[in-house]
Amino acid sequence: MGAEGQVFGEMDWPEGLTRIPYRVFQDRAVYDVEQQKLFNGPSWNYLCLEIELVEPGSFRASFIGDTPVVVARDRDGELYGFENRCAHRGALLALEDSGKTNGFTCVYHAWSYNLQGDLVGVAFKDGVKGEGGMPPSFCLADHALRKLRIAVVHGLVFGSFCDEVPPIEEYLGEAIFSHIERVLGGRKPVILGRFTQALPNNWKLYMENVKDSYHASILHLFFTTFEINHLSQRGGIIVDDSGGNHVSYSAIDNDAPRAAGYSEQNIRSDSEYKLADPSILDGFKEFGDDITLQILSVFPGFVLQQIQNAIAVRQILPRDTNRTDLNWIYLGFETDTPEQNGVRLKQANLVGPAGYISMEDGCVGGFVQRGIAGAAGSHEVLEMGGHSVETSNSRVTEASVRGFWKAYRAMMGC
Amino acid sequence: MTGTLFEKIARFQADYCRCIDGGALEQWPDFFVADCVYRITTAANHRLGYQAGIISATSRGMLQDRVSALRDANIYERHAYRHILGQPAVTEAAGAEVRSETSFLVLRIMRDGTTDVFATGVYLDRFEIGGDALKLAERIVVCDSPRIDTLLALPL
Repeated sequence: MGAEGQVFGEMDWPEGLTRIPYRVFQDRAVYDVEQQKLFNGPSWNYLCLEIELVEPGSFRASFIGDTPVVVARDRDGELYGFENRCAHRGALLALEDSGKTNGFTCVYHAWSYNLQGDLVGVAFKDGVKGEGGMPPSFCLADHALRKLRIAVVHGLVFGSFCDEVPPIEEYLGEAIFSHIERVLGGRKPVILGRFTQALPNNWKLYMENVKDSYHASILHLFFTTFEINHLSQRGGIIVDDSGGNHVSYSAIDNDAPRAAGYSEQNIRSDSEYKLADPSILDGFKEFGDDITLQILSVFPGFVLQQIQNAIAVRQILPRDTNRTDLNWIYLGFETDTPEQNGVRLKQANLVGPAGYISMEDGCVGGFVQRGIAGAAGSHEVLEMGGHSVETSNSRVTEASVRGFWKAYRAMMGC
Repeated sequence: MTGTLFEKIARFQADYCRCIDGGALEQWPDFFVADCVYRITTAANHRLGYQAGIISATSRGMLQDRVSALRDANIYERHAYRHILGQPAVTEAAGAEVRSETSFLVLRIMRDGTTDVFATGVYLDRFEIGGDALKLAERIVVCDSPRIDTLLALPL
Protein backbone atom coordinates (compact mmCIF):
# COMPACT_ATOMS: atom_id res chain seq x y z
CA MET A 1 0.00 0.00 0.00
CA GLY A 2 1.17 3.50 -0.80
CA ALA A 3 0.76 6.64 1.26
CA GLU A 4 -2.93 6.90 0.34
CA GLY A 5 -3.53 3.39 1.67
CA GLN A 6 -2.23 4.51 5.05
CA VAL A 7 -4.31 7.67 4.93
CA PHE A 8 -7.56 5.83 4.46
CA GLY A 9 -6.57 2.66 6.28
CA GLU A 10 -7.12 4.38 9.59
CA MET A 11 -10.39 5.89 8.49
CA ASP A 12 -13.68 4.41 9.48
CA TRP A 13 -16.49 4.20 6.87
CA PRO A 14 -19.22 2.32 8.77
CA GLU A 15 -22.66 1.66 7.31
CA GLY A 16 -22.04 2.28 3.65
CA LEU A 17 -22.76 5.78 2.46
CA THR A 18 -24.79 6.90 5.46
CA ARG A 19 -21.83 7.73 7.71
CA ILE A 20 -19.11 10.10 6.54
CA PRO A 21 -16.00 10.42 8.72
CA TYR A 22 -15.36 14.07 9.60
CA ARG A 23 -11.68 13.51 9.08
CA VAL A 24 -12.14 13.74 5.29
CA PHE A 25 -12.80 17.46 5.78
CA GLN A 26 -9.83 18.05 8.08
CA ASP A 27 -6.88 15.94 7.08
CA ARG A 28 -4.19 17.46 4.88
CA ALA A 29 -3.09 13.99 3.81
CA VAL A 30 -6.61 13.30 2.49
CA TYR A 31 -6.50 16.61 0.66
CA ASP A 32 -3.21 15.71 -0.99
CA VAL A 33 -4.49 12.30 -2.11
CA GLU A 34 -7.59 14.00 -3.57
CA GLN A 35 -5.37 16.17 -5.72
CA GLN A 36 -3.71 13.12 -7.21
CA LYS A 37 -6.45 10.52 -7.43
CA LEU A 38 -9.41 12.74 -8.03
CA PHE A 39 -8.54 16.05 -9.65
CA ASN A 40 -5.57 14.61 -11.54
CA GLY A 41 -7.46 11.33 -11.92
CA PRO A 42 -10.33 10.19 -14.15
CA SER A 43 -12.52 13.25 -13.64
CA TRP A 44 -13.77 16.02 -15.92
CA ASN A 45 -13.22 19.48 -14.46
CA TYR A 46 -14.96 22.66 -15.57
CA LEU A 47 -12.35 25.19 -16.73
CA CYS A 48 -14.05 28.12 -18.44
CA LEU A 49 -16.68 29.13 -20.97
CA GLU A 50 -16.13 28.70 -24.68
CA ILE A 51 -17.22 32.32 -25.26
CA GLU A 52 -14.13 33.41 -23.33
CA LEU A 53 -11.98 31.87 -26.06
CA VAL A 54 -13.46 33.09 -29.32
CA GLU A 55 -10.44 34.52 -31.11
CA PRO A 56 -7.39 32.47 -32.08
CA GLY A 57 -4.68 33.27 -29.54
CA SER A 58 -7.11 33.92 -26.72
CA PHE A 59 -6.42 32.12 -23.47
CA ARG A 60 -7.90 31.69 -20.04
CA ALA A 61 -6.04 30.64 -16.89
CA SER A 62 -7.96 28.25 -14.66
CA PHE A 63 -7.44 25.40 -12.21
CA ILE A 64 -7.98 21.69 -11.86
CA GLY A 65 -8.03 21.29 -8.11
CA ASP A 66 -4.86 23.02 -6.93
CA THR A 67 -3.16 22.73 -10.29
CA PRO A 68 -2.95 25.89 -12.37
CA VAL A 69 -3.84 25.30 -16.03
CA VAL A 70 -4.31 27.31 -19.20
CA VAL A 71 -6.88 26.83 -21.94
CA ALA A 72 -6.04 28.44 -25.28
CA ARG A 73 -7.45 28.59 -28.78
CA ASP A 74 -4.80 28.03 -31.41
CA ARG A 75 -4.86 29.32 -34.99
CA ASP A 76 -6.27 25.97 -36.14
CA GLY A 77 -9.44 26.90 -34.25
CA GLU A 78 -9.07 24.12 -31.68
CA LEU A 79 -8.92 24.45 -27.89
CA TYR A 80 -5.86 23.19 -26.06
CA GLY A 81 -5.27 22.82 -22.36
CA PHE A 82 -2.04 22.40 -20.45
CA GLU A 83 -0.51 22.95 -17.07
CA ASN A 84 0.35 26.57 -16.31
CA ARG A 85 3.84 25.61 -15.19
CA CYS A 86 7.08 26.00 -17.07
CA ALA A 87 8.70 22.64 -17.79
CA HIS A 88 12.06 24.12 -16.78
CA ARG A 89 11.87 25.30 -13.19
CA GLY A 90 8.15 25.32 -12.56
CA ALA A 91 7.22 29.02 -12.71
CA LEU A 92 3.75 30.13 -13.78
CA LEU A 93 3.61 30.90 -17.49
CA ALA A 94 0.38 32.89 -17.76
CA LEU A 95 0.38 35.69 -15.19
CA GLU A 96 -2.95 37.14 -16.30
CA ASP A 97 -6.36 35.50 -15.95
CA SER A 98 -7.06 35.92 -19.62
CA GLY A 99 -5.76 37.63 -22.73
CA LYS A 100 -4.53 37.18 -26.26
CA THR A 101 -1.09 35.94 -27.16
CA ASN A 102 0.98 34.16 -29.79
CA GLY A 103 2.39 31.81 -27.18
CA PHE A 104 3.70 31.69 -23.65
CA THR A 105 7.19 32.67 -22.61
CA CYS A 106 8.35 32.04 -19.10
CA VAL A 107 9.52 35.27 -17.43
CA TYR A 108 12.19 33.38 -15.49
CA HIS A 109 14.46 32.03 -18.26
CA ALA A 110 12.42 32.72 -21.41
CA TRP A 111 11.56 29.16 -22.27
CA SER A 112 8.77 29.56 -24.80
CA TYR A 113 5.74 27.48 -25.74
CA ASN A 114 3.18 27.60 -28.50
CA LEU A 115 -0.58 27.70 -27.97
CA GLN A 116 -0.70 23.91 -27.86
CA GLY A 117 1.76 23.71 -24.96
CA ASP A 118 4.75 22.50 -26.97
CA LEU A 119 8.19 23.81 -26.06
CA VAL A 120 9.47 25.79 -29.06
CA GLY A 121 12.41 27.70 -27.66
CA VAL A 122 14.99 27.74 -24.86
CA ALA A 123 16.98 30.94 -24.27
CA PHE A 124 20.73 30.48 -24.86
CA LYS A 125 20.09 26.86 -25.83
CA ASP A 126 23.35 26.76 -27.80
CA GLY A 127 25.25 28.86 -25.29
CA VAL A 128 27.04 32.13 -25.92
CA LYS A 129 30.25 32.28 -27.99
CA GLY A 130 30.62 28.53 -27.79
CA GLU A 131 30.37 28.42 -24.01
CA GLY A 132 27.49 27.04 -21.91
CA GLY A 133 24.19 25.99 -23.41
CA MET A 134 22.12 22.84 -23.14
CA PRO A 135 23.80 19.48 -23.75
CA PRO A 136 23.35 17.97 -27.23
CA SER A 137 21.07 15.33 -25.77
CA PHE A 138 18.48 17.95 -24.78
CA CYS A 139 15.41 17.66 -26.98
CA LEU A 140 12.69 20.33 -27.04
CA ALA A 141 10.02 17.75 -27.90
CA ASP A 142 10.64 15.94 -24.60
CA HIS A 143 9.66 19.00 -22.57
CA ALA A 144 6.16 19.94 -23.61
CA LEU A 145 3.79 21.17 -20.91
CA ARG A 146 1.64 18.50 -19.31
CA LYS A 147 -1.41 18.43 -21.55
CA LEU A 148 -5.11 18.15 -20.84
CA ARG A 149 -7.90 16.46 -22.66
CA ILE A 150 -10.50 19.08 -23.49
CA ALA A 151 -14.23 18.58 -24.02
CA VAL A 152 -16.90 21.20 -24.72
CA VAL A 153 -20.50 20.68 -23.63
CA HIS A 154 -22.93 23.38 -24.78
CA GLY A 155 -20.33 26.09 -24.33
CA LEU A 156 -18.83 24.72 -21.09
CA VAL A 157 -15.16 23.79 -21.38
CA PHE A 158 -14.07 20.79 -19.33
CA GLY A 159 -10.58 19.33 -18.99
CA SER A 160 -9.00 16.17 -17.69
CA PHE A 161 -5.42 15.13 -16.98
CA CYS A 162 -6.38 11.47 -17.31
CA ASP A 163 -6.26 9.46 -20.51
CA GLU A 164 -8.59 6.83 -19.07
CA VAL A 165 -11.47 9.17 -18.27
CA PRO A 166 -14.57 8.18 -20.31
CA PRO A 167 -15.88 10.58 -22.96
CA ILE A 168 -17.69 13.51 -21.36
CA GLU A 169 -21.14 12.42 -22.59
CA GLU A 170 -20.66 9.05 -20.92
CA TYR A 171 -19.20 10.66 -17.78
CA LEU A 172 -22.22 12.95 -17.44
CA GLY A 173 -24.87 10.41 -18.37
CA GLU A 174 -27.81 11.18 -20.61
CA ALA A 175 -30.05 12.80 -17.98
CA ILE A 176 -27.38 15.25 -16.78
CA PHE A 177 -26.35 16.05 -20.34
CA SER A 178 -29.93 16.81 -21.36
CA HIS A 179 -30.43 19.10 -18.36
CA ILE A 180 -27.32 21.08 -19.33
CA GLU A 181 -28.78 21.29 -22.81
CA ARG A 182 -32.06 22.51 -21.37
CA VAL A 183 -30.37 25.64 -19.98
CA LEU A 184 -27.51 26.30 -22.40
CA GLY A 185 -28.34 24.44 -25.60
CA GLY A 186 -28.63 26.31 -28.88
CA ARG A 187 -27.88 29.79 -27.60
CA LYS A 188 -24.85 31.88 -26.92
CA PRO A 189 -24.29 33.06 -23.35
CA VAL A 190 -22.93 36.47 -22.40
CA ILE A 191 -21.17 37.17 -19.11
CA LEU A 192 -23.07 39.55 -16.83
CA GLY A 193 -20.60 39.43 -13.96
CA ARG A 194 -18.08 37.26 -12.17
CA PHE A 195 -17.29 37.08 -8.47
CA THR A 196 -15.18 34.90 -6.22
CA GLN A 197 -16.49 33.86 -2.84
CA ALA A 198 -13.82 32.62 -0.44
CA LEU A 199 -15.40 29.89 1.66
CA PRO A 200 -14.01 29.04 5.11
CA ASN A 201 -14.48 25.31 4.66
CA ASN A 202 -13.42 22.17 2.87
CA TRP A 203 -14.56 21.99 -0.78
CA LYS A 204 -16.57 18.81 -0.13
CA LEU A 205 -18.76 20.59 2.41
CA TYR A 206 -19.81 23.00 -0.32
CA MET A 207 -20.50 20.16 -2.76
CA GLU A 208 -22.58 18.38 -0.12
CA ASN A 209 -24.54 21.58 0.32
CA VAL A 210 -25.14 21.90 -3.44
CA LYS A 211 -26.45 18.33 -3.60
CA ASP A 212 -28.53 18.62 -0.46
CA SER A 213 -32.11 19.30 -1.53
CA TYR A 214 -33.23 18.65 2.08
CA HIS A 215 -31.82 21.92 3.44
CA ALA A 216 -32.93 24.29 0.71
CA SER A 217 -36.25 25.49 2.05
CA ILE A 218 -35.23 25.15 5.71
CA LEU A 219 -32.02 27.17 5.76
CA HIS A 220 -33.07 29.60 3.03
CA LEU A 221 -36.18 31.37 4.26
CA PHE A 222 -36.40 33.68 1.29
CA PHE A 223 -37.16 30.68 -0.94
CA THR A 224 -39.87 29.44 1.32
CA THR A 225 -41.63 32.69 2.06
CA PHE A 226 -42.02 33.63 -1.57
CA GLU A 227 -42.80 30.15 -2.78
CA ILE A 228 -39.93 30.15 -5.22
CA ASN A 229 -39.22 26.71 -3.87
CA HIS A 230 -41.03 24.51 -1.42
CA LEU A 231 -40.31 20.91 -0.66
CA SER A 232 -44.06 20.55 -1.06
CA GLN A 233 -43.79 21.85 -4.61
CA ARG A 234 -43.58 19.38 -7.44
CA GLY A 235 -39.97 18.42 -8.03
CA GLY A 236 -37.36 15.80 -7.56
CA ILE A 237 -33.78 14.80 -7.93
CA ILE A 238 -31.90 12.85 -10.56
CA VAL A 239 -28.69 11.07 -9.64
CA ASP A 240 -26.55 9.52 -12.37
CA ASP A 241 -25.15 5.98 -12.19
CA SER A 242 -21.78 7.11 -10.83
CA GLY A 243 -23.56 9.01 -8.08
CA GLY A 244 -21.37 12.05 -8.63
CA ASN A 245 -23.61 14.06 -10.95
CA HIS A 246 -27.05 15.28 -10.05
CA VAL A 247 -29.97 17.50 -10.91
CA SER A 248 -32.38 18.88 -8.36
CA TYR A 249 -35.42 20.67 -9.72
CA SER A 250 -38.74 22.09 -8.72
CA ALA A 251 -41.66 23.20 -10.79
CA ILE A 252 -44.72 25.37 -10.37
CA ASP A 253 -47.59 23.34 -9.05
CA ASN A 254 -50.61 25.41 -8.19
CA ASP A 255 -52.37 22.45 -6.60
CA ALA A 256 -49.76 21.88 -3.90
CA PRO A 257 -51.05 22.69 -0.41
CA ARG A 258 -49.22 25.74 0.79
CA ALA A 259 -46.37 25.05 3.18
CA ALA A 260 -47.66 21.60 4.00
CA GLY A 261 -45.66 20.18 6.85
CA TYR A 262 -43.87 23.39 7.73
CA SER A 263 -46.06 24.99 10.37
CA GLU A 264 -46.56 21.74 12.31
CA GLN A 265 -42.81 21.28 12.61
CA ASN A 266 -42.07 24.81 13.69
CA ILE A 267 -39.89 25.43 10.66
CA ARG A 268 -39.81 29.11 9.85
CA SER A 269 -42.03 29.41 6.83
CA ASP A 270 -45.05 31.65 7.25
CA SER A 271 -43.41 34.90 8.21
CA GLU A 272 -44.89 38.36 7.98
CA TYR A 273 -42.19 39.19 5.50
CA LYS A 274 -43.44 41.25 2.56
CA LEU A 275 -41.39 42.86 -0.18
CA ALA A 276 -41.52 46.62 -0.66
CA ASP A 277 -40.43 46.11 -4.27
CA PRO A 278 -41.59 42.66 -5.43
CA SER A 279 -40.34 43.27 -8.97
CA ILE A 280 -37.39 41.00 -8.13
CA LEU A 281 -39.80 38.09 -8.52
CA ASP A 282 -41.04 39.16 -11.97
CA GLY A 283 -39.54 36.72 -14.40
CA PHE A 284 -40.16 35.70 -17.96
CA LYS A 285 -40.94 32.33 -19.46
CA GLU A 286 -37.62 31.05 -20.71
CA PHE A 287 -38.05 27.30 -21.05
CA GLY A 288 -40.68 25.03 -22.50
CA ASP A 289 -41.56 23.60 -19.10
CA ASP A 290 -42.64 24.73 -15.62
CA ILE A 291 -39.29 24.19 -13.92
CA THR A 292 -38.43 27.31 -11.95
CA LEU A 293 -35.34 25.94 -10.28
CA GLN A 294 -32.71 23.55 -11.54
CA ILE A 295 -29.46 22.94 -9.71
CA LEU A 296 -27.10 20.63 -11.58
CA SER A 297 -23.72 19.40 -10.45
CA VAL A 298 -20.91 17.57 -12.18
CA PHE A 299 -18.38 15.67 -10.10
CA PRO A 300 -16.09 16.85 -8.66
CA GLY A 301 -16.59 20.62 -8.65
CA PHE A 302 -19.03 22.16 -11.11
CA VAL A 303 -22.52 23.60 -10.73
CA LEU A 304 -24.94 24.96 -13.32
CA GLN A 305 -27.77 26.92 -11.78
CA GLN A 306 -31.14 28.11 -13.02
CA ILE A 307 -33.15 29.90 -10.37
CA GLN A 308 -36.04 31.49 -12.24
CA ASN A 309 -34.13 33.56 -14.80
CA ALA A 310 -30.90 33.77 -12.81
CA ILE A 311 -28.47 31.55 -14.68
CA ALA A 312 -24.97 31.00 -13.35
CA VAL A 313 -22.09 28.60 -13.43
CA ARG A 314 -20.07 27.92 -10.32
CA GLN A 315 -16.57 26.51 -10.22
CA ILE A 316 -15.54 25.02 -6.89
CA LEU A 317 -11.80 25.03 -6.27
CA PRO A 318 -10.11 23.51 -3.20
CA ARG A 319 -7.47 25.79 -1.68
CA ASP A 320 -6.65 23.98 1.55
CA THR A 321 -8.40 21.60 3.92
CA ASN A 322 -10.49 24.49 5.22
CA ARG A 323 -10.44 26.94 2.33
CA THR A 324 -12.35 26.85 -0.95
CA ASP A 325 -12.80 29.32 -3.79
CA LEU A 326 -16.24 29.51 -5.29
CA ASN A 327 -16.13 31.24 -8.67
CA TRP A 328 -19.48 32.56 -9.90
CA ILE A 329 -20.20 33.61 -13.45
CA TYR A 330 -23.63 35.14 -13.98
CA LEU A 331 -24.97 34.56 -17.47
CA GLY A 332 -27.38 36.14 -19.87
CA PHE A 333 -27.82 35.28 -23.52
CA GLU A 334 -27.14 37.07 -26.76
CA THR A 335 -30.81 36.90 -27.65
CA ASP A 336 -31.99 38.59 -24.43
CA THR A 337 -34.09 41.73 -24.83
CA PRO A 338 -33.16 44.73 -22.65
CA GLU A 339 -36.11 43.85 -20.41
CA GLN A 340 -34.95 40.27 -20.04
CA ASN A 341 -31.44 41.49 -19.28
CA GLY A 342 -32.95 43.73 -16.59
CA VAL A 343 -34.76 40.76 -15.06
CA ARG A 344 -31.54 38.76 -14.90
CA LEU A 345 -29.65 41.63 -13.25
CA LYS A 346 -32.40 42.00 -10.68
CA GLN A 347 -32.66 38.27 -9.99
CA ALA A 348 -28.89 38.09 -9.57
CA ASN A 349 -29.74 39.43 -6.08
CA LEU A 350 -30.99 35.93 -5.29
CA VAL A 351 -27.57 34.34 -5.76
CA GLY A 352 -23.89 34.92 -5.14
CA PRO A 353 -22.04 36.06 -2.00
CA ALA A 354 -24.93 38.33 -0.98
CA GLY A 355 -27.71 36.29 -2.53
CA TYR A 356 -31.04 36.21 -0.74
CA ILE A 357 -31.11 32.44 -1.18
CA SER A 358 -27.43 31.63 -1.26
CA MET A 359 -25.63 33.74 1.34
CA GLU A 360 -26.32 31.09 3.99
CA ASP A 361 -24.44 28.55 1.89
CA GLY A 362 -21.39 30.77 2.24
CA CYS A 363 -21.33 30.46 6.01
CA VAL A 364 -22.94 27.09 6.77
CA GLY A 365 -19.92 25.13 5.52
CA GLY A 366 -17.80 27.13 7.95
CA PHE A 367 -20.24 26.30 10.75
CA VAL A 368 -19.62 22.61 10.01
CA GLN A 369 -15.86 23.05 9.65
CA ARG A 370 -15.72 24.75 13.06
CA GLY A 371 -18.30 22.44 14.59
CA ILE A 372 -16.32 19.30 13.82
CA ALA A 373 -13.03 20.64 15.20
CA GLY A 374 -12.89 18.09 17.98
CA ALA A 375 -14.68 15.30 16.18
CA ALA A 376 -12.14 13.68 13.87
CA GLY A 377 -13.29 10.25 15.02
CA SER A 378 -16.99 10.93 14.51
CA HIS A 379 -19.31 10.87 11.49
CA GLU A 380 -21.99 12.67 9.54
CA VAL A 381 -25.39 10.97 9.48
CA LEU A 382 -26.90 10.76 5.99
CA GLU A 383 -30.11 8.78 6.23
CA MET A 384 -32.79 11.15 4.97
CA GLY A 385 -34.60 9.34 2.17
CA GLY A 386 -33.09 6.02 3.18
CA HIS A 387 -29.74 4.56 2.24
CA SER A 388 -29.86 4.64 -1.52
CA VAL A 389 -28.46 7.02 -4.13
CA GLU A 390 -31.47 6.71 -6.40
CA THR A 391 -33.33 9.23 -8.48
CA SER A 392 -36.43 10.31 -6.61
CA ASN A 393 -39.59 12.37 -6.87
CA SER A 394 -39.01 13.71 -3.40
CA ARG A 395 -36.47 16.31 -2.44
CA VAL A 396 -36.73 15.37 1.24
CA THR A 397 -33.73 13.16 0.70
CA GLU A 398 -29.96 13.11 0.96
CA ALA A 399 -29.69 10.64 -1.92
CA SER A 400 -27.54 12.91 -4.09
CA VAL A 401 -25.26 13.68 -1.13
CA ARG A 402 -24.76 9.93 -0.70
CA GLY A 403 -24.20 9.84 -4.47
CA PHE A 404 -21.34 12.29 -4.10
CA TRP A 405 -19.67 9.96 -1.59
CA LYS A 406 -20.28 6.95 -3.78
CA ALA A 407 -18.40 8.63 -6.64
CA TYR A 408 -15.76 10.01 -4.25
CA ARG A 409 -14.99 6.65 -2.68
CA ALA A 410 -14.89 4.91 -6.06
CA MET A 411 -12.38 7.39 -7.46
CA MET A 412 -10.33 7.63 -4.26
CA GLY A 413 -10.33 3.87 -3.74
CA CYS A 414 -11.39 4.19 -0.12
CA MET B 1 -27.04 72.32 6.36
CA THR B 2 -24.45 74.89 5.46
CA GLY B 3 -20.95 74.81 4.06
CA THR B 4 -19.31 74.06 0.75
CA LEU B 5 -20.33 71.17 -1.45
CA PHE B 6 -17.24 69.30 -0.33
CA GLU B 7 -18.25 69.75 3.28
CA LYS B 8 -21.79 68.64 2.57
CA ILE B 9 -20.64 65.48 0.88
CA ALA B 10 -18.11 64.75 3.61
CA ARG B 11 -20.82 65.17 6.24
CA PHE B 12 -23.17 62.95 4.24
CA GLN B 13 -20.55 60.20 4.03
CA ALA B 14 -19.89 60.40 7.75
CA ASP B 15 -23.60 60.08 8.50
CA TYR B 16 -23.93 57.16 6.06
CA CYS B 17 -21.11 55.18 7.69
CA ARG B 18 -22.33 55.99 11.16
CA CYS B 19 -25.73 54.59 10.19
CA ILE B 20 -24.37 51.24 8.97
CA ASP B 21 -21.62 50.80 11.54
CA GLY B 22 -24.00 51.76 14.33
CA GLY B 23 -26.46 49.09 13.23
CA ALA B 24 -29.29 51.46 12.30
CA LEU B 25 -29.92 49.62 9.05
CA GLU B 26 -33.58 50.67 8.90
CA GLN B 27 -32.39 54.25 8.27
CA TRP B 28 -29.95 53.25 5.54
CA PRO B 29 -32.43 53.44 2.62
CA ASP B 30 -33.22 57.04 3.61
CA PHE B 31 -29.86 58.13 2.24
CA PHE B 32 -31.19 57.34 -1.25
CA VAL B 33 -33.84 58.84 -3.53
CA ALA B 34 -36.84 56.64 -4.37
CA ASP B 35 -35.67 55.59 -7.83
CA CYS B 36 -32.04 55.15 -6.83
CA VAL B 37 -29.43 52.79 -8.15
CA TYR B 38 -27.24 50.94 -5.66
CA ARG B 39 -24.79 48.33 -6.81
CA ILE B 40 -21.87 46.52 -5.22
CA THR B 41 -19.40 45.27 -7.77
CA THR B 42 -15.68 44.76 -8.20
CA ALA B 43 -13.03 46.74 -10.05
CA ALA B 44 -12.62 43.94 -12.61
CA ASN B 45 -16.35 43.80 -13.35
CA HIS B 46 -16.56 47.58 -13.46
CA ARG B 47 -13.65 47.82 -15.89
CA LEU B 48 -15.21 45.25 -18.20
CA GLY B 49 -18.61 46.93 -18.06
CA TYR B 50 -20.32 43.91 -16.53
CA GLN B 51 -23.65 45.07 -15.16
CA ALA B 52 -24.43 42.39 -12.58
CA GLY B 53 -23.71 43.22 -8.97
CA ILE B 54 -23.10 41.35 -5.76
CA ILE B 55 -26.03 43.48 -4.66
CA SER B 56 -27.98 45.33 -7.33
CA ALA B 57 -30.91 47.58 -6.45
CA THR B 58 -32.88 49.85 -8.72
CA SER B 59 -35.21 51.34 -6.14
CA ARG B 60 -35.25 52.40 -2.51
CA GLY B 61 -37.83 49.65 -1.99
CA MET B 62 -35.21 47.08 -2.91
CA LEU B 63 -32.90 48.55 -0.27
CA GLN B 64 -35.68 48.30 2.31
CA ASP B 65 -36.18 44.67 1.26
CA ARG B 66 -32.49 44.04 1.74
CA VAL B 67 -32.78 45.28 5.31
CA SER B 68 -35.93 43.23 5.97
CA ALA B 69 -34.25 40.12 4.62
CA LEU B 70 -31.20 40.71 6.82
CA ARG B 71 -33.43 41.18 9.84
CA ASP B 72 -36.03 38.46 9.24
CA ALA B 73 -34.96 35.97 6.60
CA ASN B 74 -31.25 35.55 6.03
CA ILE B 75 -28.99 33.62 8.36
CA TYR B 76 -25.44 34.72 9.04
CA GLU B 77 -23.16 35.01 11.99
CA ARG B 78 -23.48 38.24 13.92
CA HIS B 79 -20.93 40.82 12.83
CA ALA B 80 -20.40 44.55 12.39
CA TYR B 81 -18.47 46.85 10.08
CA ARG B 82 -16.18 49.77 10.72
CA HIS B 83 -16.04 52.06 7.68
CA ILE B 84 -12.98 54.30 7.32
CA LEU B 85 -13.41 56.78 4.48
CA GLY B 86 -11.03 58.95 2.52
CA GLN B 87 -11.78 62.53 1.61
CA PRO B 88 -14.43 62.85 -1.10
CA ALA B 89 -13.25 64.05 -4.51
CA VAL B 90 -15.99 66.10 -6.13
CA THR B 91 -15.76 65.16 -9.79
CA GLU B 92 -18.79 66.99 -11.16
CA ALA B 93 -20.82 69.84 -9.77
CA ALA B 94 -22.94 71.25 -12.58
CA GLY B 95 -26.37 72.44 -11.48
CA ALA B 96 -28.36 69.83 -9.55
CA GLU B 97 -26.05 67.00 -10.67
CA VAL B 98 -23.20 66.29 -8.31
CA ARG B 99 -20.78 63.42 -8.58
CA SER B 100 -18.05 62.39 -6.23
CA GLU B 101 -15.62 59.58 -5.58
CA THR B 102 -14.76 58.49 -2.06
CA SER B 103 -12.44 55.68 -1.12
CA PHE B 104 -13.36 53.32 1.69
CA LEU B 105 -11.81 50.73 3.94
CA VAL B 106 -14.22 48.41 5.71
CA LEU B 107 -13.20 46.20 8.60
CA ARG B 108 -15.47 43.33 9.59
CA ILE B 109 -15.69 42.46 13.26
CA MET B 110 -17.05 38.98 13.93
CA ARG B 111 -18.80 38.04 17.17
CA ASP B 112 -15.64 36.34 18.49
CA GLY B 113 -13.67 39.54 17.93
CA THR B 114 -11.89 38.47 14.76
CA THR B 115 -11.32 41.68 12.83
CA ASP B 116 -10.30 41.60 9.19
CA VAL B 117 -10.09 43.94 6.26
CA PHE B 118 -13.34 42.96 4.55
CA ALA B 119 -13.31 45.36 1.63
CA THR B 120 -11.50 48.32 0.16
CA GLY B 121 -12.67 50.32 -2.80
CA VAL B 122 -14.37 53.48 -3.94
CA TYR B 123 -17.88 54.85 -3.87
CA LEU B 124 -18.84 56.30 -7.24
CA ASP B 125 -21.67 58.59 -6.24
CA ARG B 126 -24.23 60.76 -7.94
CA PHE B 127 -26.19 63.01 -5.62
CA GLU B 128 -29.42 64.89 -5.95
CA ILE B 129 -29.55 68.15 -4.08
CA GLY B 130 -32.87 69.37 -2.82
CA GLY B 131 -32.35 72.59 -0.92
CA ASP B 132 -29.69 71.78 1.60
CA ALA B 133 -30.27 68.04 1.65
CA LEU B 134 -28.21 65.54 -0.29
CA LYS B 135 -29.59 62.17 -1.38
CA LEU B 136 -27.92 59.46 -3.37
CA ALA B 137 -29.38 58.96 -6.82
CA GLU B 138 -26.70 56.41 -7.56
CA ARG B 139 -24.01 54.67 -5.56
CA ILE B 140 -21.76 52.17 -7.30
CA VAL B 141 -19.62 50.47 -4.69
CA VAL B 142 -16.52 49.31 -6.53
CA CYS B 143 -14.54 46.84 -4.42
CA ASP B 144 -10.88 46.56 -5.32
CA SER B 145 -10.65 42.82 -4.84
CA PRO B 146 -12.59 40.25 -6.85
CA ARG B 147 -12.93 38.14 -3.68
CA ILE B 148 -15.58 38.32 -1.00
CA ASP B 149 -14.82 36.43 2.18
CA THR B 150 -17.59 34.03 3.24
CA LEU B 151 -20.56 36.25 2.46
CA LEU B 152 -21.68 39.84 2.15
CA ALA B 153 -24.66 40.56 4.39
CA LEU B 154 -24.51 44.13 5.70
CA PRO B 155 -24.39 46.81 3.00
CA LEU B 156 -21.23 48.75 2.21
